[in-house]
Amino acid sequence: MSGPSDYQPTNPALRWIERRLPIFGLMHSSFVAYPTPRNLNYWWTFGAILSFMLAMQIATGVILAMHYTPHADLAFKSVELIVRDVNYGWLLRNMHACGASMFFFAVYVHMFRGLYYGSYKEPREVLWILGVIIYLLMMATGFMGYVLPWGQMSFWGATVITNLFSAIPYVGDSIVTLLWGGYAVGNPTLNRFFSLHYLLPFVIAGVVVLHVWALHVAGQNNPDGVDIKTDKDSVPFTPHATIKDFFGVSCFMLLYAWFIFYMPNYLGDADNYIPANPGVTPAHIVPEWYYLPFYAILRSIPNKLFGVVCMFSAILVLVFLPWLDTAKTKSSKYRPLAKQFFWIFVVVCVLLGYLGAQPPEGIYVIAGRILTVMYFAYFLILLPLLSRIEKPRPVPNSIADAVLAKTGGKPTPMVSTVLALMVAGGLVIGSAQNARAEDHGDSPPGNKWSFAGPVGTFDRGALQRGLKVYKEVCSACHGLSYVAFRNLAEPGGPGYSVAQAAAFASDYKVKDGPNDAGEMFERPGRPADYFPSPFPNEQAARAANGGAAPPDLSLITKARSYKRGFPMFIFDVFTQYQEQGPDYVAAVLQGYEEKPPAGFTLPEGSHYNKYFPGHAIKMPKPLSDGQVTYDDGSPATVAQYAKDVTTFLMWTAEPHMEARKRLGLQVFVFLILLAGLLYFTKKKVWATAH
Amino acid sequence: MTTASSADHPTRRDFLFVATGAVAGVGAVATAWPFISQMNPDAATIAAGAPIEVDLTPIASGQDIKVFWRGKPIYIMNRTKKQVEEAQKVPLKDLPDPQTDQQRTKPGHEQWLVVIGICTHLGCIPIAHEGNYDGFFCPCHGSQYDSSGRIRQGPAPANLPVPPYTFVSDTKIQIG
Repeated sequence: MSGPSDYQPTNPALRWIERRLPIFGLMHSSFVAYPTPRNLNYWWTFGAILSFMLAMQIATGVILAMHYTPHADLAFKSVELIVRDVNYGWLLRNMHACGASMFFFAVYVHMFRGLYYGSYKEPREVLWILGVIIYLLMMATGFMGYVLPWGQMSFWGATVITNLFSAIPYVGDSIVTLLWGGYAVGNPTLNRFFSLHYLLPFVIAGVVVLHVWALHVAGQNNPDGVDIKTDKDSVPFTPHATIKDFFGVSCFMLLYAWFIFYMPNYLGDADNYIPANPGVTPAHIVPEWYYLPFYAILRSIPNKLFGVVCMFSAILVLVFLPWLDTAKTKSSKYRPLAKQFFWIFVVVCVLLGYLGAQPPEGIYVIAGRILTVMYFAYFLILLPLLSRIEKPRPVPNSIADAVLAKTGGKPTPMVSTVLALMVAGGLVIGSAQNARAEDHGDSPPGNKWSFAGPVGTFDRGALQRGLKVYKEVCSACHGLSYVAFRNLAEPGGPGYSVAQAAAFASDYKVKDGPNDAGEMFERPGRPADYFPSPFPNEQAARAANGGAAPPDLSLITKARSYKRGFPMFIFDVFTQYQEQGPDYVAAVLQGYEEKPPAGFTLPEGSHYNKYFPGHAIKMPKPLSDGQVTYDDGSPATVAQYAKDVTTFLMWTAEPHMEARKRLGLQVFVFLILLAGLLYFTKKKVWATAH
Repeated sequence: MTTASSADHPTRRDFLFVATGAVAGVGAVATAWPFISQMNPDAATIAAGAPIEVDLTPIASGQDIKVFWRGKPIYIMNRTKKQVEEAQKVPLKDLPDPQTDQQRTKPGHEQWLVVIGICTHLGCIPIAHEGNYDGFFCPCHGSQYDSSGRIRQGPAPANLPVPPYTFVSDTKIQIG
């Protein structure tokens, strides 16, 4: 397209194709011979990182779609079956879920790079606008993707966001009904979201092609904001930019792998491990972290319609950036005032993200309003003003001059920016964690779990004892319907043999049928059967338990969390603490108190529990000393029962945890090796260029 | 940066490039493996394909039933004495896929024929008690099987396959 290539393939077969469809010449001129500014820094590798992530998401997504069922009654279970039964299903699901977050992280870095270096300025306005279109498509895709698992947050997030359109005067309600396909979010909504979620990434890919085309017409911007003038200013894309992009991607993969293998649920919400319930709204509806700044802006405006308008305007204002900031100097490197305000703007965005996860009360509301004003002021007032009054520093004559002037290179700004990003990221993500599983309960005490940490494993003895506690105590009221008897013999679990699991199964009576006479009958359980539920349906469960249905326990340790508080949630990012669920479950089991404290009114039929939110729990104290006899001589105490059954329930929630951590270690060793090799290769390739 | 020696023997630079390429290649293959492996039957499907037991008492002489195992239809026929004798008397040279009836049944239980009801031509389900050989007839392309499920006439190349099964008792078999 814009490369200086009269490329002809040497191979005769390829020449034959080239004459009829000059695709090799196109690839050569775009990605091999293409003149790349030689002064690009690592912020420029994020384009390649984004392309890699788009390919990853499409590949994992298409694969997941082979196993997912987009029906409201079946979706949640189909996702769990992927994680539990499909070969490497847990890995593919983690890659896709964490991949979405990584995709947004990369896109934000990419966009901020564009803001800082003026990559939106003439002649790259269309390139920039195509980027905003890609960003909007990404937000739509991410939103619809999050609805698909049909958890509590999926359903209620869908309800809140689709309800935004009711703010539109006159036609708002009709539009919402059209989106829903019904009177509320339901199965029709899920089905169409699945279809569109599958479609949009390919639309994104198409717009990315246009984006790269527009880029190649203008050529890349560079940290000094000076165009390529001679051959000395540029290097051929391959091998220079190719190897640098590879290295950048491999470092990014380290971050990606860290989330996939060691913190897979950190970026998500515990509430999404509860199947969607249209009758119960979660205490805090919070979008995924990458939407938080816009959520904060939406909630800052007290008027419904104006709030929606402001939220969308916060993204649309980006489209007008080339006409708001008309300064001739592109790069903020040479604009001292613009540079400072840029970093203030970054802080504003991070703080808005933090606020988006806080409850909309008190000082958070005031702060949100101030920051919203600052956000818009940056684009609408500050940048146009700076274009007029700022005196920029002189820009180098050429890229070659800029490179030569840089004696020894300066990696330090990059390092400190990365560190700052990490802390900021920890702040935003940790705060989102924080807002969930709200307060009104004491914080559960921390426990030493054998499965905690990057090399944690399940204590087999604890799993077997926990199974016994479940069977003898909990199974009277709580189902375990995602666990099959055959799982008891799988590696990484309680360690029973196949024969023992079959014997365990045959102790149970399972309903089957209809037989040839048309009747249902009972038969002994088989390994393929799932743990039976004590009640035939939810209504029976409620009726037998004073109106409160005992939840299924398969996922309970992932479906519960608690507010960690500042500054713990920042440390958690680095210490990999993710045992909020087990700590909570163990605490509730041991947190019963005979007498509620003075001044607390206990509702009729409830019991006082120190750690249960609201302190009034319907379940009576389930555990007492000596209730279950352990065969291996472990103490028959409530504390021991609580620890064992919680360990068992952590296994039921994630049967493949040990495989995840084991594979993670191998992947990390490999990626560190690969990144190291790529680094030295890059240095060798660039040795001639510098 | 001298390159004079690169034509003579591999340099450190070449080693680095080859090493990086090799490691990256291994990584690519290792990454591709889960994407391929996930298409294999998952644990639930494998568990659902566990052996099944079938009670033979309701099947009278001359009758047959069809059960499903691993998604495939299986004919279980209680053959009459006449059918068993006919099947055993067929000379091997008349058979496109030579197999004796004894090879296709369990000793002591010769009246029981257990075959997978999928035509070995292109996979349709043959109809029982049809055709010229008192066996099976496949309506799709006209293959004819005898009372032992062996191909006699038509485009099918092989006899109806016998699934792995054992007699748990005289009146019960386990398929798989």
